[in-house]
Amino acid sequence: MPAPDTNPDVSALAAAPGVEEWYLDLQTEGARGEAAVAHLHGLLLRAARFEVFRRRGSLSELSAVELDELAQDAADDAAVSVLRRLGDFRRESSFRTWAYKFALLEAAVKVRRRAWRDREVTLEPEHWESLAHAGPGPDDDAEYGELLEAVREGIRTALTPRQRQVLVAAVLEGVPIDVLAERLGSNRNALYKLLHDARRRLRAHVVDAGFPEVNE
Amino acid sequence: MTGRDLDPTLKRLLGSGEPEIGCDECFAQLDRYVELELAGAPADELVPGLRAHLVGCPACAEEHESLRALLELDSVS
Repeated sequence: MPAPDTNPDVSALAAAPGVEEWYLDLQTEGARGEAAVAHLHGLLLRAARFEVFRRRGSLSELSAVELDELAQDAADDAAVSVLRRLGDFRRESSFRTWAYKFALLEAAVKVRRRAWRDREVTLEPEHWESLAHAGPGPDDDAEYGELLEAVREGIRTALTPRQRQVLVAAVLEGVPIDVLAERLGSNRNALYKLLHDARRRLRAHVVDAGFPEVNE
Repeated sequence: MTGRDLDPTLKRLLGSGEPEIGCDECFAQLDRYVELELAGAPADELVPGLRAHLVGCPACAEEHESLRALLELDSVS
Protein backbone atom coordinates (compact mmCIF):
# COMPACT_ATOMS: atom_id res chain seq x y z
CA MET A 1 0.00 0.00 0.00
CA PRO A 2 1.63 3.28 -1.04
CA ALA A 3 1.93 6.04 1.49
CA PRO A 4 -0.84 8.62 1.26
CA ASP A 5 0.13 11.74 -0.63
CA THR A 6 0.05 14.59 1.84
CA ASN A 7 1.89 17.16 -0.26
CA PRO A 8 -0.71 19.55 -1.71
CA ASP A 9 1.71 20.79 -4.38
CA VAL A 10 2.32 17.26 -5.56
CA SER A 11 -1.41 16.54 -5.63
CA ALA A 12 -1.95 19.60 -7.78
CA LEU A 13 0.81 18.49 -10.13
CA ALA A 14 -0.66 15.03 -10.38
CA ALA A 15 -3.94 16.53 -11.52
CA ALA A 16 -2.30 18.68 -14.16
CA PRO A 17 -2.55 17.45 -17.72
CA GLY A 18 0.59 16.37 -19.54
CA VAL A 19 2.73 15.78 -16.48
CA GLU A 20 4.71 12.56 -16.33
CA GLU A 21 3.04 11.24 -13.22
CA TRP A 22 5.56 8.54 -12.44
CA TYR A 23 8.10 11.07 -11.28
CA LEU A 24 5.74 12.18 -8.52
CA ASP A 25 6.18 8.74 -7.00
CA LEU A 26 9.85 9.54 -6.41
CA GLN A 27 8.67 11.40 -3.33
CA THR A 28 6.58 8.54 -1.97
CA GLU A 29 7.53 5.70 0.35
CA GLY A 30 7.12 2.01 -0.34
CA ALA A 31 6.88 -0.01 -3.50
CA ARG A 32 5.66 2.84 -5.70
CA GLY A 33 8.56 4.99 -4.63
CA GLU A 34 11.04 2.20 -5.16
CA ALA A 35 9.65 1.49 -8.62
CA ALA A 36 9.90 5.16 -9.54
CA VAL A 37 13.52 5.35 -8.35
CA ALA A 38 14.34 2.23 -10.37
CA HIS A 39 12.71 3.78 -13.43
CA LEU A 40 14.65 7.00 -12.88
CA HIS A 41 17.90 5.08 -12.56
CA GLY A 42 17.19 3.29 -15.81
CA LEU A 43 16.76 6.61 -17.62
CA LEU A 44 19.91 8.03 -16.07
CA LEU A 45 21.92 4.94 -16.95
CA ARG A 46 20.74 5.16 -20.54
CA ALA A 47 21.88 8.79 -20.71
CA ALA A 48 25.20 8.10 -18.96
CA ARG A 49 25.98 5.20 -21.30
CA PHE A 50 25.08 7.40 -24.26
CA GLU A 51 27.53 10.07 -23.12
CA VAL A 52 30.36 7.68 -22.26
CA PHE A 53 29.93 6.00 -25.65
CA ARG A 54 30.10 9.38 -27.42
CA ARG A 55 33.28 10.33 -25.60
CA ARG A 56 34.94 6.91 -25.54
CA GLY A 57 37.62 8.06 -27.98
CA SER A 58 39.31 9.97 -25.17
CA LEU A 59 39.39 6.81 -23.03
CA SER A 60 40.84 4.32 -25.47
CA GLU A 61 42.78 2.58 -22.70
CA LEU A 62 39.59 1.51 -20.93
CA SER A 63 37.84 -1.78 -21.62
CA ALA A 64 34.14 -2.01 -22.37
CA VAL A 65 33.55 -3.19 -18.80
CA GLU A 66 35.45 -0.23 -17.36
CA LEU A 67 33.55 2.19 -19.56
CA ASP A 68 30.28 0.71 -18.35
CA GLU A 69 31.42 1.01 -14.75
CA LEU A 70 32.06 4.68 -15.41
CA ALA A 71 28.54 5.04 -16.77
CA GLN A 72 27.10 3.20 -13.79
CA ASP A 73 28.94 5.51 -11.39
CA ALA A 74 27.68 8.53 -13.29
CA ALA A 75 24.10 7.24 -13.19
CA ASP A 76 24.35 6.59 -9.45
CA ASP A 77 25.67 10.09 -8.76
CA ALA A 78 23.07 11.62 -11.07
CA ALA A 79 20.28 9.79 -9.24
CA VAL A 80 21.43 11.32 -5.97
CA SER A 81 21.49 14.78 -7.55
CA VAL A 82 18.08 14.39 -9.15
CA LEU A 83 16.44 13.18 -5.95
CA ARG A 84 18.07 15.96 -3.96
CA ARG A 85 16.96 18.63 -6.42
CA LEU A 86 13.46 17.47 -7.29
CA GLY A 87 12.14 20.76 -5.95
CA ASP A 88 14.09 22.60 -8.67
CA PHE A 89 12.06 20.93 -11.43
CA ARG A 90 9.77 23.69 -12.75
CA ARG A 91 8.09 21.71 -15.53
CA GLU A 92 9.67 23.96 -18.15
CA SER A 93 10.65 20.77 -19.98
CA SER A 94 9.66 17.15 -19.66
CA PHE A 95 10.91 15.48 -16.52
CA ARG A 96 12.85 13.01 -18.65
CA THR A 97 14.79 15.81 -20.33
CA TRP A 98 15.41 17.51 -17.01
CA ALA A 99 16.72 14.27 -15.50
CA TYR A 100 18.83 13.38 -18.52
CA LYS A 101 20.96 16.50 -18.15
CA PHE A 102 22.13 15.39 -14.72
CA ALA A 103 23.36 12.06 -16.07
CA LEU A 104 25.02 13.68 -19.08
CA LEU A 105 26.81 16.14 -16.81
CA GLU A 106 28.02 13.46 -14.40
CA ALA A 107 29.18 11.21 -17.23
CA ALA A 108 30.89 14.02 -19.14
CA VAL A 109 32.76 15.22 -16.06
CA LYS A 110 33.87 11.69 -15.19
CA VAL A 111 35.09 11.09 -18.73
CA ARG A 112 37.06 14.35 -18.83
CA ARG A 113 38.65 13.77 -15.46
CA ARG A 114 39.48 10.17 -16.27
CA ALA A 115 41.03 11.15 -19.58
CA TRP A 116 43.24 13.70 -17.82
CA ARG A 117 43.91 11.65 -14.70
CA ASP A 118 47.50 10.86 -15.58
CA ARG A 119 48.20 13.96 -17.61
CA GLU A 120 50.11 16.90 -16.27
CA VAL A 121 48.22 20.16 -16.29
CA THR A 122 50.65 22.89 -17.21
CA LEU A 123 49.85 26.08 -15.38
CA GLU A 124 52.97 27.97 -16.35
CA PRO A 125 51.99 31.34 -17.79
CA GLU A 126 55.00 31.35 -20.10
CA HIS A 127 53.20 28.97 -22.41
CA TRP A 128 51.20 31.79 -23.95
CA GLU A 129 54.41 32.99 -25.57
CA SER A 130 53.80 30.23 -28.11
CA LEU A 131 50.60 31.96 -29.17
CA ALA A 132 51.99 32.90 -32.57
CA HIS A 133 52.08 29.22 -33.44
CA ALA A 134 48.79 28.28 -31.84
CA GLY A 135 46.53 28.86 -34.79
CA PRO A 136 46.43 28.94 -38.56
CA GLY A 137 46.64 32.73 -38.69
CA PRO A 138 48.74 34.44 -41.34
CA ASP A 139 51.89 35.03 -39.30
CA ASP A 140 53.50 36.97 -42.11
CA ASP A 141 50.71 39.56 -42.13
CA ALA A 142 51.99 42.71 -40.40
CA GLU A 143 48.64 43.73 -38.96
CA TYR A 144 48.03 40.23 -37.67
CA GLY A 145 51.46 40.22 -36.09
CA GLU A 146 50.66 43.48 -34.28
CA LEU A 147 47.38 42.02 -33.08
CA LEU A 148 49.16 38.97 -31.75
CA GLU A 149 51.62 41.18 -29.92
CA ALA A 150 48.75 43.18 -28.40
CA VAL A 151 47.16 39.94 -27.21
CA ARG A 152 50.46 38.70 -25.79
CA GLU A 153 51.02 42.01 -24.02
CA GLY A 154 47.47 41.92 -22.70
CA ILE A 155 47.96 38.45 -21.27
CA ARG A 156 51.20 39.64 -19.70
CA THR A 157 50.00 42.95 -18.25
CA ALA A 158 46.20 43.19 -18.12
CA LEU A 159 45.35 39.96 -16.31
CA THR A 160 45.78 38.85 -12.75
CA PRO A 161 48.09 35.84 -12.27
CA ARG A 162 45.07 33.62 -11.61
CA GLN A 163 43.25 34.89 -14.71
CA ARG A 164 46.38 34.31 -16.79
CA GLN A 165 46.78 30.82 -15.39
CA VAL A 166 43.20 29.80 -16.14
CA LEU A 167 42.98 31.46 -19.56
CA VAL A 168 46.21 29.89 -20.75
CA ALA A 169 45.35 26.44 -19.40
CA ALA A 170 41.77 26.40 -20.66
CA VAL A 171 42.30 28.00 -24.06
CA LEU A 172 45.88 27.38 -25.11
CA GLU A 173 46.53 24.09 -23.31
CA GLY A 174 43.00 22.77 -23.88
CA VAL A 175 42.52 21.64 -20.31
CA PRO A 176 38.80 20.92 -19.71
CA ILE A 177 37.28 23.31 -17.21
CA ASP A 178 36.19 20.46 -14.92
CA VAL A 179 39.75 19.17 -14.78
CA LEU A 180 41.05 22.64 -14.03
CA ALA A 181 38.44 23.09 -11.32
CA GLU A 182 39.48 19.81 -9.71
CA ARG A 183 43.19 20.68 -9.79
CA LEU A 184 42.63 24.22 -8.50
CA GLY A 185 40.10 23.29 -5.82
CA SER A 186 37.36 25.31 -7.48
CA ASN A 187 34.20 24.59 -9.47
CA ARG A 188 33.14 25.01 -13.07
CA ASN A 189 30.91 28.02 -12.51
CA ALA A 190 33.51 29.99 -10.55
CA LEU A 191 36.29 29.18 -13.00
CA TYR A 192 34.18 30.12 -15.99
CA LYS A 193 33.39 33.46 -14.39
CA LEU A 194 37.10 34.01 -13.91
CA LEU A 195 37.70 33.04 -17.54
CA HIS A 196 34.94 35.39 -18.68
CA ASP A 197 36.43 38.29 -16.71
CA ALA A 198 39.88 37.51 -18.13
CA ARG A 199 38.51 37.60 -21.67
CA ARG A 200 36.78 40.91 -21.03
CA ARG A 201 39.99 42.46 -19.70
CA LEU A 202 42.03 41.08 -22.55
CA ARG A 203 39.55 42.29 -25.15
CA ALA A 204 39.55 45.78 -23.60
CA HIS A 205 43.34 45.82 -23.70
CA VAL A 206 43.41 44.79 -27.36
CA VAL A 207 40.80 47.41 -28.26
CA ASP A 208 42.82 50.09 -26.47
CA ALA A 209 45.90 48.93 -28.37
CA GLY A 210 44.21 49.91 -31.63
CA PHE A 211 42.14 46.88 -32.61
CA PRO A 212 38.50 47.86 -32.00
CA GLU A 213 37.50 45.34 -34.64
CA VAL A 214 37.84 42.48 -32.17
CA ASN A 215 34.49 43.62 -30.77
CA GLU A 216 32.77 43.43 -34.16
CA MET B 1 40.28 42.30 -40.31
CA THR B 2 37.17 41.97 -38.14
CA GLY B 3 36.48 39.89 -35.07
CA ARG B 4 34.80 37.37 -37.34
CA ASP B 5 38.06 36.89 -39.28
CA LEU B 6 40.14 35.99 -36.23
CA ASP B 7 41.60 32.52 -36.11
CA PRO B 8 39.86 30.12 -33.72
CA THR B 9 42.53 30.36 -31.02
CA LEU B 10 42.30 34.13 -30.84
CA LYS B 11 38.50 33.91 -30.80
CA ARG B 12 38.64 31.53 -27.85
CA LEU B 13 41.11 33.78 -26.05
CA LEU B 14 39.12 36.97 -26.54
CA GLY B 15 35.59 35.57 -26.36
CA SER B 16 32.66 37.07 -28.22
CA GLY B 17 31.94 39.92 -25.82
CA GLU B 18 28.24 39.16 -26.08
CA PRO B 19 26.18 39.03 -22.88
CA GLU B 20 26.12 35.49 -21.59
CA ILE B 21 24.97 33.46 -18.64
CA GLY B 22 27.27 31.34 -16.46
CA CYS B 23 27.66 27.56 -16.23
CA ASP B 24 25.18 27.08 -13.38
CA GLU B 25 22.47 29.08 -15.12
CA CYS B 26 23.23 27.26 -18.37
CA PHE B 27 22.68 23.94 -16.63
CA ALA B 28 19.46 25.21 -15.07
CA GLN B 29 18.09 26.28 -18.47
CA LEU B 30 19.56 23.59 -20.71
CA ASP B 31 16.57 21.20 -20.71
CA ARG B 32 14.15 23.98 -21.61
CA TYR B 33 16.50 25.43 -24.23
CA VAL B 34 17.02 22.10 -26.03
CA GLU B 35 13.32 21.27 -26.06
CA LEU B 36 12.62 24.73 -27.51
CA GLU B 37 15.28 24.16 -30.17
CA LEU B 38 13.86 20.79 -31.14
CA ALA B 39 10.36 22.27 -31.30
CA GLY B 40 11.58 24.91 -33.72
CA ALA B 41 10.89 27.70 -31.22
CA PRO B 42 13.14 30.80 -30.97
CA ALA B 43 15.25 29.33 -28.17
CA ASP B 44 17.87 32.08 -28.33
CA GLU B 45 15.23 34.77 -27.80
CA LEU B 46 13.48 32.89 -25.04
CA VAL B 47 16.66 31.95 -23.19
CA PRO B 48 18.96 34.93 -23.77
CA GLY B 49 22.65 34.50 -23.14
CA LEU B 50 22.72 30.73 -23.35
CA ARG B 51 23.93 30.48 -26.95
CA ALA B 52 26.77 32.92 -26.22
CA HIS B 53 27.75 30.81 -23.25
CA LEU B 54 27.88 27.66 -25.37
CA VAL B 55 30.26 29.42 -27.74
CA GLY B 56 32.59 30.31 -24.87
CA CYS B 57 32.34 27.15 -22.77
CA PRO B 58 33.36 23.88 -24.47
CA ALA B 59 32.17 21.73 -21.56
CA CYS B 60 28.65 23.14 -21.54
CA ALA B 61 28.63 23.00 -25.33
CA GLU B 62 29.42 19.27 -25.26
CA GLU B 63 26.60 18.64 -22.81
CA HIS B 64 24.20 20.68 -24.93
CA GLU B 65 25.13 18.64 -28.00
CA SER B 66 24.69 15.41 -26.08
CA LEU B 67 21.28 16.30 -24.65
CA ARG B 68 20.06 17.34 -28.05
CA ALA B 69 21.42 14.17 -29.66
CA LEU B 70 19.91 11.95 -26.97
CA LEU B 71 16.47 13.53 -27.35
CA GLU B 72 16.70 13.20 -31.10
CA LEU B 73 17.55 9.53 -30.65
CA ASP B 74 14.58 9.10 -28.31
CA SER B 75 12.27 10.68 -30.84
CA VAL B 76 13.06 8.07 -33.49
CA SER B 77 13.23 5.00 -31.26
